Amino acid sequence: MSQPLIEFQGVEKRFGDTVIFKDFNFSVEDGEIVSIIGPSGSGKSTLLRILMTLEGIEGGVVNVAGEPLWHKRTANGLVPADNKHLHRMRHHLGMVFQHFNLFPHMSVKRNITEAPMRVQGKTKAEAEAIADELLELVGMSDKADMYPNELSGGQKQRVGIARALAMQPSILLLDEITSALDPELVDEVLDVIRNLAKKHSFTMLLVTHEMYFAREISDRVCFFDQGAIVEEGEPEQIFTAPKETRTQAFLNAYMSQ
Amino acid sequence: MNGFDWDWQFTFEVMPTILEAAKVTLLATLLGSCLAIVVGLSFALLRRSGFFLVRSITYWIVEFVRSTPLLVQIFFLYYVMPEFGISMSPLLTGVLALGLHYGAYLSEVFRSGIDGVEKGQWEASRALNLSVFDTYKDIVLPQALRPMIPATGNYIIAMFKETPQLSAITLLEMLQVAKIIGSENFRYLEPFTLVGVLYLLFSLIAAYGIHCVERRFPKEGITLK
Amino acid sequence: MPFGEIISILLEGALVTLKIVALALPLAAVMAFGFGMLRLYAPKPIKYLAIIYIEFFRGTSALIQLYWIYFVLPFFGFSFDAMTAGVVALGLNIGAYGTEVVRGAMASVPKGQYEAAVALNFSSTQRLWRILMPQALVNMIPPFGNLAIELVKATSLVSLITIADLTYRAKALADMTLQVTEIFAVVLVLYFLFAQVLAIGFRVLEKKLSRGLGRGGLGQ
Ligand SMILES: Nc1ncnc2c1ncn2[C@@H]1O[C@H](COP(=O)(O)OP(=O)(O)OP(=O)(O)O)[C@@H](O)[C@H]1O
Ligand SMILES: [Mg+2]
Repeated sequence: MSQPLIEFQGVEKRFGDTVIFKDFNFSVEDGEIVSIIGPSGSGKSTLLRILMTLEGIEGGVVNVAGEPLWHKRTANGLVPADNKHLHRMRHHLGMVFQHFNLFPHMSVKRNITEAPMRVQGKTKAEAEAIADELLELVGMSDKADMYPNELSGGQKQRVGIARALAMQPSILLLDEITSALDPELVDEVLDVIRNLAKKHSFTMLLVTHEMYFAREISDRVCFFDQGAIVEEGEPEQIFTAPKETRTQAFLNAYMSQ
Repeated sequence: MNGFDWDWQFTFEVMPTILEAAKVTLLATLLGSCLAIVVGLSFALLRRSGFFLVRSITYWIVEFVRSTPLLVQIFFLYYVMPEFGISMSPLLTGVLALGLHYGAYLSEVFRSGIDGVEKGQWEASRALNLSVFDTYKDIVLPQALRPMIPATGNYIIAMFKETPQLSAITLLEMLQVAKIIGSENFRYLEPFTLVGVLYLLFSLIAAYGIHCVERRFPKEGITLK
Repeated sequence: MPFGEIISILLEGALVTLKIVALALPLAAVMAFGFGMLRLYAPKPIKYLAIIYIEFFRGTSALIQLYWIYFVLPFFGFSFDAMTAGVVALGLNIGAYGTEVVRGAMASVPKGQYEAAVALNFSSTQRLWRILMPQALVNMIPPFGNLAIELVKATSLVSLITIADLTYRAKALADMTLQVTEIFAVVLVLYFLFAQVLAIGFRVLEKKLSRGLGRGGLGQ
């Protein structure tokens, strides 16, 4: 069996005295699309943020593409990662944020080209070619010269997706990317992800409250509660015949909303 | 290079004189604060007047006082008041200038403090048929007080730090006394440094005091007598 | 003394005041940015040095600092002419307050901006200069405007170390003539106008830059 692309091994994560993960194990195969569902505060965002190197870990190992993310291999075993190592590892990863976090002082196009130019050393022409292609993909070609403040939430988030894709990550992390949007704008963003899932062979890890979407798009659904995976499996099974009572309760509460 | 080394004996010699002058500094600050609070409150209330003219005149007075130098205001009072037959001691002139200058700053603090009280409180007071005076005194000000403490305290500390400017009209406060000692002995290092350290010390103590007052102040506000 | 002559003497003083502002303002800006950034990002010992500078200059008043630089430093072998002493004292004093403006503005940039910059793999220098600073700058304009007005007011202190600025001349004329009310009225109005011009200037600048935050400007 090939090695998983993402692997959490006995990970511990604390905020002060609050334990979020304890001896946490989790893995994702290359090309797999995994949805994470679960109640608020269960650690879903924290999982993605650890992968994006926005949160450190207190114990265990996280492997990405066969290399430890938060550690460096040395002759004396694993030592905590330095900035250089993190910088190198981040090439694998891209993230789309709940609140978009677009750079307000840059045009849409500049938001997308800035990192490829400054971080990957692409020329302006190369970066703009990529940006044009991605803007086409997310249906925002006509808004390239606008500024984030001038866009609707759905449009902002589509730019956010394009911006993350411009760095050509192999893993895309999506944290509740539609939950800050007005209901009528949700579908235009989800459509972009649907297309991505069809066209490309990304590995996607998405936290979502849109159950129908998770069911439609995922290869696997994980139900999180209190920093642990309570149940995981194929979407059909999780949504139609959940085994665990906690999963049932959560889905029932969701349906009755 | 006789000034290079710190002379402890000289320091202790001049310390009592400077500490004596500290009393004048503190007195000016105390009186100035009281006046500033009265002036600030008056301006704040005038800014809320029902008459447009009153509101805008007050606005420009406050703006004017805040954007012109305290030192010039001190000179203005010192030179111009006698023209109108009012003669005051340097201390009172200084207190007047400090009170006016910082009153203008405080009026903004008080205004936003009063604005911060919920609208429902005014409506409830009206429903209870309280007079405007009673509404301010019994309902609005007691609630507005606590949020105003930190900013008010900071301005009073700022006023305290600006008292050396009163030396310009011959008030014998700390800095003026230090300057006189310095010119008599041809040694400025110790007296000026001592004054600086004393200011720093008083400011820190005052800042801590304000912090304590704010913390111990009841959250619900207090009932004014 | 004819009023016209008084006015022309005062206007000459106003030019001296303007000159001090023009020299001290850049110094204050350099101190504010330099020490503000050290305060935020420098390693421990240097950071403490920055804190000492900031707390010292904020804890005592400009006049004491001015006297210290003008009267005490010569004993250590650093002699300044009055003008230099005035510019240095005011620049350092206002600069110390400016560090807090820089700090507050950097802190007011939403955390998500930093996180997005990490996710896009920008280096820490790029994060600072390309993402955080351009956004923080806009937030610094209004408080910097207030500080500039405080600087104009503080320039009057240099009259106490014999620089013939607007305040110095007003006092000298008041001692010489009988037109004290007119003299001080003119002087106050001149300071007021100066402050208003600065206030308007900074407001225009803010409008320009914050529009840039929506359209063009800083990012380019
Ligand atoms: N920076 C932090 N400091 C302290 N506690 C934190 C921090 N970030 C998250 N937590 C806590 O960690 C727990 C997990 O948070 P997390 O954001 O991962 O939850 P979540 O599953 O994403 O919830 P939601 O659906 O509300 O987004 C929560 O109890 C939260 O309060
Ligand atoms: Mg979350």
